[in-house]
Amino acid sequence: MGLREDGSERGWVRERMGLREDGSEGGWLQKNLEGYVGFANLPNQVYRKSVKRGFEFTLMVVGESGLGKSTLINSLFLTELYSPEYPGPSHRIKKTVQVEQSKVLVKEGGVHLLLTIVDTPGFGDAVDNSNCWQPVIDYIDSKFEDYLNAESRVNRRQMPDSRVQCCLYFIAPSGHGLKPLDIEFMKRLHEKVNIIPLIAKADTMTPEECQQFKHQIMKEIQEHKIKIYEFPETDDEEEMKMVRRIKDRLPLAVVGSNTIIEVNGKKVRGRQYPWGVAEVENGEHCDFTILRNMLIRTNMQDLKDVTNNVHYENYRSRKLAAVTYNGTDNNKNKGQLTKPEASDSMSPLAQMEEERRDHVSKMKKMEQEMEQVFEMKVKEKLMKLRDSEAELQRRHEQMKKNLELQHRELEEKRRQLEEEKNSWEAQQRILEQQKLDASRTLEKNKKKKIF
Amino acid sequence: MAATDVDVFSNEEKRSLNLGGHVGFDSLPDQLVSKSVTQGFCFNILCVGETGIGKSTLMNTLFNTMFENEEASHYQNGVYLRPRTYDLLESNVHLKLTIVDTVGFGDQINKEDSYKPIVDYIDTQFENYLQEELKIKRSLFNYHDTRIHICLYFIAPTGHSLKSLDLVTMKKLDSKVNIIPIIAKADTISKNDEAVSEINASMNALLPFAVVGSVEEVKVGNKTVRARQYPWGIVQVENENHCDFVKLREMLIRVNMEDLREQTHARHYELYRRCKLEEMGFKDTDPDSQPFSLQETYEAKRKEFLGDLQRKEEEMRQMFVNKVKETEAELKEKERELHDKFEQLKRMHQEEKRKVEEKRRDLEEEMNGFNRKKVAAETLSLSQPLKKDKDKKN
Repeated sequence: MGLREDGSERGWVRERMGLREDGSEGGWLQKNLEGYVGFANLPNQVYRKSVKRGFEFTLMVVGESGLGKSTLINSLFLTELYSPEYPGPSHRIKKTVQVEQSKVLVKEGGVHLLLTIVDTPGFGDAVDNSNCWQPVIDYIDSKFEDYLNAESRVNRRQMPDSRVQCCLYFIAPSGHGLKPLDIEFMKRLHEKVNIIPLIAKADTMTPEECQQFKHQIMKEIQEHKIKIYEFPETDDEEEMKMVRRIKDRLPLAVVGSNTIIEVNGKKVRGRQYPWGVAEVENGEHCDFTILRNMLIRTNMQDLKDVTNNVHYENYRSRKLAAVTYNGTDNNKNKGQLTKPEASDSMSPLAQMEEERRDHVSKMKKMEQEMEQVFEMKVKEKLMKLRDSEAELQRRHEQMKKNLELQHRELEEKRRQLEEEKNSWEAQQRILEQQKLDASRTLEKNKKKKIF
Repeated sequence: MAATDVDVFSNEEKRSLNLGGHVGFDSLPDQLVSKSVTQGFCFNILCVGETGIGKSTLMNTLFNTMFENEEASHYQNGVYLRPRTYDLLESNVHLKLTIVDTVGFGDQINKEDSYKPIVDYIDTQFENYLQEELKIKRSLFNYHDTRIHICLYFIAPTGHSLKSLDLVTMKKLDSKVNIIPIIAKADTISKNDEAVSEINASMNALLPFAVVGSVEEVKVGNKTVRARQYPWGIVQVENENHCDFVKLREMLIRVNMEDLREQTHARHYELYRRCKLEEMGFKDTDPDSQPFSLQETYEAKRKEFLGDLQRKEEEMRQMFVNKVKETEAELKEKERELHDKFEQLKRMHQEEKRKVEEKRRDLEEEMNGFNRKKVAAETLSLSQPLKKDKDKKN
């Protein structure tokens, strides 16, 4: 790519060329940027804004009482989240399983974090624990629903995000394997929330026991096809190596403590036993550090993203598909055309739009057909009319001709008559004249005779 | 414990707690940045201005590259928008830059509708995003956002106030997109020109950047800089005394890019979305002030919509029935007319016939009369010769 005058790498620009002849997308046309533009500053802009806005995170803690959940949370966040005034879940057990939340505001290095801790007093503590996961499921779903409704409003303001972004599930350190309740819980919640299973009170097991236990648990998790939270793949080789190392140590076995003990001159969090001190932040004693680094220092953002892009979207699409499906059911009775399969890739509004278009084209066709039939009938009728008109016309012509013939005949006869008359009259006149001449001659002779 | 402890725990109050050590969530901004960098950034610029005003040159100058661009002709039928997408990399930051050019703007004789294609384009990008957002199965996080984040409005450097085309267009765009007015080709305005400050004042405290773009490099002193060379001097693009280019670049790219993107999403897009949904009849609360759940709204919409379709169908049928009736009546009328016509002809004909008959009778009478005359005459002439003989005897 080449270096600039100041030694920094040159930026470049590329444009995608148009489609090739075979229809595949064209390659890239790449050029170097001739100078520093400045958008490399974008990440800083993002940084600044996010600090100004502050951060939020909702963490759920689930497990039987007495597994050290409160202690672990206090250790993770190095603060008295749970205290005598704000007792942990094991001290708040009621008759039924509760789901309760508490919000705390913490600050570090200029970064504000609003932490919501959700715990479940009473979970797994009854004799009959059937359905003790239901309140948890209901809680998570209700937070999704709140978000969905907020997102779907016409007037959207800030959308407070109270969706559960991570669930720490505490497994009792029996050393054998998962309890049926553990399996049941995880199977029901792994598609709703990021589950991070933890082995609680890891300092009750030797490293070998712990290793075996972990192995057994992972086997059972795979057998039951439970999807626990997975670390994202990175392109970075170093990071990937770390990720793989962590993956080998799942599920993480943790120890928490509210007390600070001095070990070798150092003040550490730990648990004092007659035989020594189990240090919380010692990687050889337990996986606490890995948990803290993963949960808080490297993957907190990813946990939020997976919740938003995967778990929430699953919830949303299921919810919305149910709506449209209900809608189509109603209309099957009315004989409407509906296609539930095609609805997945469209918003319900787009679906309605498509239905409307279908309907419009159907109506057009119907209209066309009716037009055609109509036209045909009209043509028929008109033709009949024309035929009868022609017929009548013909007859009329005929009659006229007849009449004319008669007229002419009459004329002819009259002419003849006239002729006859004229000639007869002419004759008569001649005769008359003859008579007259004859009578005159007679008169003359008569006169002559007298003499 | 006592019931009060439980209540205390579960209230909505936010406790502020102090940390007993370094927890490590101060890395959250870095985690966020790292994710953004991996995802890459996206920025869309719309350049509105007359042909030849210097839009392409300015883009090239801003981004320090020669974006391939054919020169636009002045003879376009209308205004159309030409988006081009580029992939830029600087340090480790990927930027998907889309530059949308308005071709033919201000070239027509009638410029009344010039702004429409621009507004339509902006709305279409909003619409596409809205549609994606409303889909049942959607993937917003890898959606290529084409919404316009910034509109650079190029004003011709006439030295007078804005042209009416500019006013109209900017007004229409103002509520839909972030606008930066830019006085193009600032090297044709003298700094002492009063008009420049006039324009500033008259545009409601908007600060148009007066810029000069250039992709040519000129040697000034011992440095090579981007500049435009005139006989009377060299206009240096990056000299703040010569033009506002540096300020523009600073503002647009280095400082506020992220802000602009956020504004577009949080303000302009939300406004569009709100208007669109309200248009379609969605409400947030029903008359009883109970908030509607999404499902209820959709279902209600759907029922209404299907009822609508039903009604339309009925209307069409009805219209058709009416049409048929009408036509039938017409045809019947025609038939009747035809009938009448022929009745009349018949009557005329009868009349004619009668006349002919009369004539015939007349003629016959005449003939008879004539014949009688003839006969009478003959009878007379037969008796005449007797009288002659009589006379002879005497």
